[in-house]
Amino acid sequence: MPILEREAQWTGWMRLALDGDSRSYHLFLQAVTPHLRVLARRCASRYGGAPAEIEDVVQEVLLAVHLKRGTWDPARPIGPWLGAIVRNKLIDSLRRKGHRIDVPVEEVIDTLAAAPVEDDFDRQDAIALLERLKDPQRDIVRSISIDGKSVRETALRLMMTEGAVRVALHRALKTLAAMYRSNAI
Amino acid sequence: MKTEDLIRLMAEDRERPVRLPRRVFAALAAGGLMSVILLLVTIGLRPGLDAALAGWRVELKITATALMAFFALRLAFAAGIPGEPWSRRALWLVLPMGLIGAGILADLTILPSSEWKAAWLGRHAAFCVFFIPVLSLSPLALLIAALRHGAPDHPGLAGGLAGLAAGCLGAAIYAWHCPDDSPLFVTWYLIGIALSTTAGALAGRRLLVW
Repeated sequence: MPILEREAQWTGWMRLALDGDSRSYHLFLQAVTPHLRVLARRCASRYGGAPAEIEDVVQEVLLAVHLKRGTWDPARPIGPWLGAIVRNKLIDSLRRKGHRIDVPVEEVIDTLAAAPVEDDFDRQDAIALLERLKDPQRDIVRSISIDGKSVRETALRLMMTEGAVRVALHRALKTLAAMYRSNAI
Repeated sequence: MKTEDLIRLMAEDRERPVRLPRRVFAALAAGGLMSVILLLVTIGLRPGLDAALAGWRVELKITATALMAFFALRLAFAAGIPGEPWSRRALWLVLPMGLIGAGILADLTILPSSEWKAAWLGRHAAFCVFFIPVLSLSPLALLIAALRHGAPDHPGLAGGLAGLAAGCLGAAIYAWHCPDDSPLFVTWYLIGIALSTTAGALAGRRLLVW
């Protein structure tokens, strides 16, 4: 797919996502992830990073995109914003793992725009962050993400309201991001 | 947790993301209001305010510092957004600085040189340097809290710009009390503003990392 077309598609999805369309958001995140993986792998291998770290880096970047999406102005294309977020997080994350790294933002945008190579990466688990969450957050996160249950089902099982489950879900994502940031892993 | 699982989780998160511009402007407005109240209940407005406002000197101080607060706020906001170029917007700060410069030149022309030193020193220089940062505290705290929803490329810089905006607002509020009229005295304001800027930068480096 041509670069501009891809950016337009991502921008469109993210606009809908900010209006509350979770299907478009899902599509957006799924489309971006292979690019992030390529980028993280390239940066890490250049600096001798272990492949096991890659998925961690990818997840940390995704969390940042998610939690900071309110800073994107939907009137603009998403490329420069995404490029800057990804670059900042990538550098942060790799630095914390002991690599000295400096990636120009142009390179990030170019790589994001380029077609991802075949995603042959082992679908490796990121290090078990989940276990550090406390219940009910941990229970809720596991139920929705790993077991693939809906918010409603989860709420019924835990005898909570859907609203309370959603609040806990949001807090859990913030906690995960903070755990990455605070060098917990 | 596999990345697909995390994605599913994030797609289920319906918490509306915070819209940064609204937060930032609301923070400065609320903080400013708190500082106005603080000024009114502690040192109060200057005596003879009406007469003073009729002259150009007090008006210049208030206008220049308020303008500077506004432009610094826009800068702080831009610095809170990833990939947003902010340096060209910094040029706007030249406008209020130019106003102050023009005021200083005007006073240097109007006043005989024997009075320059007295006009510059004023009567309450030390208090002014102390109280402007005090008045900038609540706007700064609220601004930093608002900017925590942002994603600054350079946290220290974003904090510093927030400190600059808060300091200028503090100065604009202090000007309603300040009995030292000369634009020459504004140099003391700038020291107070610099203190607030430094505090903001230090706070930003700790609190605006994301």
